[in-house]
Order: sequence, then C-alpha cells, then structure tokens
Amino acid sequence: MVWYILRRLLQVIPVFFGATLLIYFMVFALPGDPIIALGGDRGLNPAVAAALRAEYNLDQPFIVQYLIFVGGIFVGDFGTSFSGQPVSEILAATFPVTLRLALLAVTIESVAGILIGLVSGLRKGKLFDSSALVVSLIFISVPIFVTAFVAQYVFGIQLGWARTTVGTDAPWADLILPAFVLASVSFAYIVRLTRTSVIENLNEDFVRTATAKGLSRRRVIRVHILRNSMIPVVTYIGTDFGLLMVGATVTEGIFNVPGVGRTLYQAIIRSEAPTVVSFVTVMVIIYLVANLLVDILYGFLDPRIRYVK
Amino acid sequence: MSSKPPLSATHYVAPLDETPLVAIDKVSVDKKPSNLYIDAWRDMRKRILFYVAGLGVLLVVIVAAFPTLFTSLDPTDCFLNFSNDPPSDGHPLGFTKQGCDVYARIVYGTRSSLSVGLIVTAIVTVLGIVIGALAGFYGRWVDAVLSRIGDIFFAIPYILAAVVIMSVVPREDRTILVLSLAIGFFAWPSTARVLRGQILSVKSSDFVMSATALGVSRFRTLLRHVLPNSIAPVIVITTIGLGGAIVAEATLSFLGIGLPSDVMSWGKDIAQAQFDLRNNPMTLIYPSIALSVTVLSFILMGEVVRDALDPKARARR
Repeated sequence: MVWYILRRLLQVIPVFFGATLLIYFMVFALPGDPIIALGGDRGLNPAVAAALRAEYNLDQPFIVQYLIFVGGIFVGDFGTSFSGQPVSEILAATFPVTLRLALLAVTIESVAGILIGLVSGLRKGKLFDSSALVVSLIFISVPIFVTAFVAQYVFGIQLGWARTTVGTDAPWADLILPAFVLASVSFAYIVRLTRTSVIENLNEDFVRTATAKGLSRRRVIRVHILRNSMIPVVTYIGTDFGLLMVGATVTEGIFNVPGVGRTLYQAIIRSEAPTVVSFVTVMVIIYLVANLLVDILYGFLDPRIRYVK
Repeated sequence: MSSKPPLSATHYVAPLDETPLVAIDKVSVDKKPSNLYIDAWRDMRKRILFYVAGLGVLLVVIVAAFPTLFTSLDPTDCFLNFSNDPPSDGHPLGFTKQGCDVYARIVYGTRSSLSVGLIVTAIVTVLGIVIGALAGFYGRWVDAVLSRIGDIFFAIPYILAAVVIMSVVPREDRTILVLSLAIGFFAWPSTARVLRGQILSVKSSDFVMSATALGVSRFRTLLRHVLPNSIAPVIVITTIGLGGAIVAEATLSFLGIGLPSDVMSWGKDIAQAQFDLRNNPMTLIYPSIALSVTVLSFILMGEVVRDALDPKARARR
C-alpha cells in the first residue's frame, strides 16, 4: 500500500509541474496581454500598465515568473487578486463553501445515480429502464447553465420552494438546489455506468454460483452485483472532479453561492485575466489533489489495483 | 473367393448433409462480403432512434447552411419599442429585452454553434488520432513521452483551459476559429487515450503479424491494417464530442468570453436573457431548447453509432 501511494505521488508531480507550466506558457505566448485586457476596450494608461506589470512580476522573463509562482504555491501564496486581496485569503473564505456544495452534489449524484442505475440494469428493457435512459440522455445534453436557470425558474420563482440566490454564509438548506443542479450531469453518467456494469455482472459466473448455492436474490444483488458494479463508478467519481469544477463555476455564479467558483465566474465576467489565471490554476491543483485522494482511496477499496505494475 | 464387403457395411458413413463439409457448400459466392461497418449500417437503419437523431442533425445542418429559408428577418434588426413583447404575427417566439426577434436570433445562432462544433471536432480528431496512433503503435519512449504529455493536457479540464485562453485573447481576436482552437487544443487527450488502448489490443492480431512477415513497412502497417481496425471507438467518441464542443461554445459565450458581439450565439442570448428570468422567461427558454435539442441530437447519434459498432453494447440494450 505504501508503495502504491508513493507511486501515485510520484506520478502526480510531473503532471502538476507540466499543467501549471502549460497554463503559464499559454498566457505568456498568446498574442493578448492580461494587463491590457484589464483596461477593456478603452485601454490602460501606460504608467498604470507598467506598475501592474511590475506588481505581477510580468516584467520578468517567463521562466522566472513561473518559478516565482510555483515557489509561492508551496508556501501557500497564490498571488494577489485584482482587488488587491491575496488569493490565499479569498480561498480560505470561499473554499469551505465550495467543498460543502461539492460534497452535497457528489452525495446526491452517487446515491441517486447508483440506485436508479441498479434498478435500471436489473429491469433491462422494461419501462423504468427505457425512461431512465431517456432522462439521463436529456441531463447529459442540457448544458448546466440551462439546468440552473430552469431550476431557478421552476423551484425558485414558480413553486417558491427554494431561494434563487444563496445567503452570504451559505446555509445547507440554500445549497440543496444548486447541489442538485451541479449533480445533474454526473448523475446521468453514473446511472448509465451503473446500469452497464450491473448488466455485465448479472451474467458473471460468481452471480450464478451465488444464486445456485441458495442465496436470496436480495443478498445476491446487494453483495455480489452491487459491490462489483461500484468499482467503475468510484473511478468515474474520481475523474469527474474536472466536470464538477466547471459546473461549480457556472452554478455558483448563477446561484450566487459564495464559493471558489463564483470568484472565478465574476473574474471572468469582469475580464480580470490575472485573477482568472490564478483561480484556474487553483482549480487544476484541487482537481489533481482530489484525483490523487480518490485513487488512494480506490487502492484501499480494491486490492487488485494496488498490485498492478 | 469371397470379396471384401463394402465399407458401408462395416463402418458407419455419415450422409453428406450431416458433416461439417456441408457448411463449405452453403457459403454463397455471390453474396457481398460484409464487414463491421456494413453490419453496423444495417443495424442502425433498423432503429427508430437513428431516424430521430438523424432528423435532428439534418435539421441543424440545414438551418445552419440556409438560415434565410427559415426566416426573412434580420436578427440584428432590433426595435426597443418591441422590448419583451409577447409573440405576434410573423414573430412566433416574441421579442428580447432589446426588441430583437427571438426566432430569428435562434435561426442565425445555429451556424455559430455548428461551426464551432465541427472545427473543434476536426482539431480533436486529427490531434487525437495522430498522437494516439503514434503512442499506441510505436510504444516504448514514443508512448512514454506522448502519454505523459496527454496526462498534462488531461489535468486541465478543457473548458477551464479555454476560459484562460479566451480571457487573455483580446476582444477583437475572439473569432469562431480562435474559440474552436482554444477548446480543441485541450480536448484531444480522451480521443488519443481511447485510440491508443484500441491499437494496443489490435497490434497483436495475426493480420498485423502477417503484414510484417510479408515485408510491409511499419508505417504502412499502421496506416492500412492497424488504424482501420481500431477507429470504431474514435467515431463514437467524435460524434458525442461534437455535442460537447457545442456545449463548450455556449458556456464560454454565456460567460462573455466566447464569440464577439456581432456574431449570433445561443449562449450569449441566454446570458442576456437571464436578468429577465422573472418577467420574461421564454426569451431564455427558447434558445435553451434549441441548444439542448442540438446537443441531444448529436449525443443520441453517438449512442446509436456506439450500439451498432460495439457488439457488447448491442447486447446491453
């Protein structure tokens, strides 16, 4: 297990440096200029631009800029946002909210997704299965900002069940509707994934053996089918954090959830390019760490993974 | 002298139609040879979903190519005195806050969505096939280097990467091509991974070994024997990915860093309508429906193609 964790850690290091370098190189190599972009269509006073450039170390050579940034990450310094607040301070205030929203969303999508996928797989070709397939396809096709507005309109404005915007300290009750929206796309993928693996596992020898030795259908489904069908689902939830990051940006922006996503959303809307770059980098790091954690957890769950060379 | 009894008296001889030999006679020489794609095509044409998805795709393509067939209005002709007006004669879906015709804007927005979708798909397919094929077929250090590069690109969710690129690109340079490049440049690793995996399993087939034994060059083996036999999953992921690219365009335009203001885009119209959600929700709902139905058509088409190409998927439905 120790070797497995070490190996995963070693794998993530080059990816971390590569990804951050890639983001920095893009910003550096593209024809546009994040400082000029700040000025919008009217342009900035050259003196202001030069001062800002010095503040963000943009007057240094590319590799020096990159090293300053990466060095900063290791001491918890992610730079300064456009409003002058340190990014790490904003993160400390917003990250817990995003974490709660993400936890709620992952819980909703995995519980609902696995249950519906299981029933769907067991009743292949029946009405429930066909409707689950159609509904999941619709959830996959509808972009998350459309889902968000429809939810806001139906549940917030028409039915009045939930508030359309979340309060400043983001109480759990307010987060439920945004969490459902955030969960919608992944929920659909989990339904389909669970259904597929349940159908495949139904034909496995160990299921036939379990039935033949007289286990109740309930126990066969719970222990032999469901457990084995969860393996690909756990993998999916790990890789799903990328989708979750993008979804959180849009959902938090629309529902006004005071999280990391909304900060990025507002920076994008106000075209504050340096803040956008910092926060996308932060999100990529969160994504990598989350993936690493899920992989390690996965190693605990499935012994076969640990020993794969 | 008694002659030997005939063989059939001492041994049982099976009649010809009970032997395996009969299978050889049953092969019809005139029958057209079949392959994976012919079978898939035959299978697809039997399914209702294929026609549903095909109709959607066809409609999107026709509207994008000939918008004037569907409306004679100019989507940029807006009159503030029609602001948020309900549907009326000749304006079936009503007006936006700026007094523009919602229907005309939807019709003209189709072209941007489809263009971005097609260009992104072209970029992703070319990059994905070249990188995935080289990594899978040549293995060793080529694979190690290309796969690690793929891991790095994969670590940045492609919409977030496009967000960074489009935030930095000056407003006047935000064209359909630039937007497509920004999305496509980071979306290829999944295609490359799928193709690499497929090539790894095809590489050890007998027909590859016979090609090598016949002295076919490595590159030609890849091009003529390995690629055509590994491309099926790429076709599936490409069709579904087209829908994803359209979503990415709409999301970026929704965030205000997508297409410029003189180009129609559903995402931008949805962003503008969001502030009237309470009093005029339909200006938001109509472009949302157009967007969702377009994406649904492509994803559904991808599903139908997958079911037809993958015998395992066929058994699951």
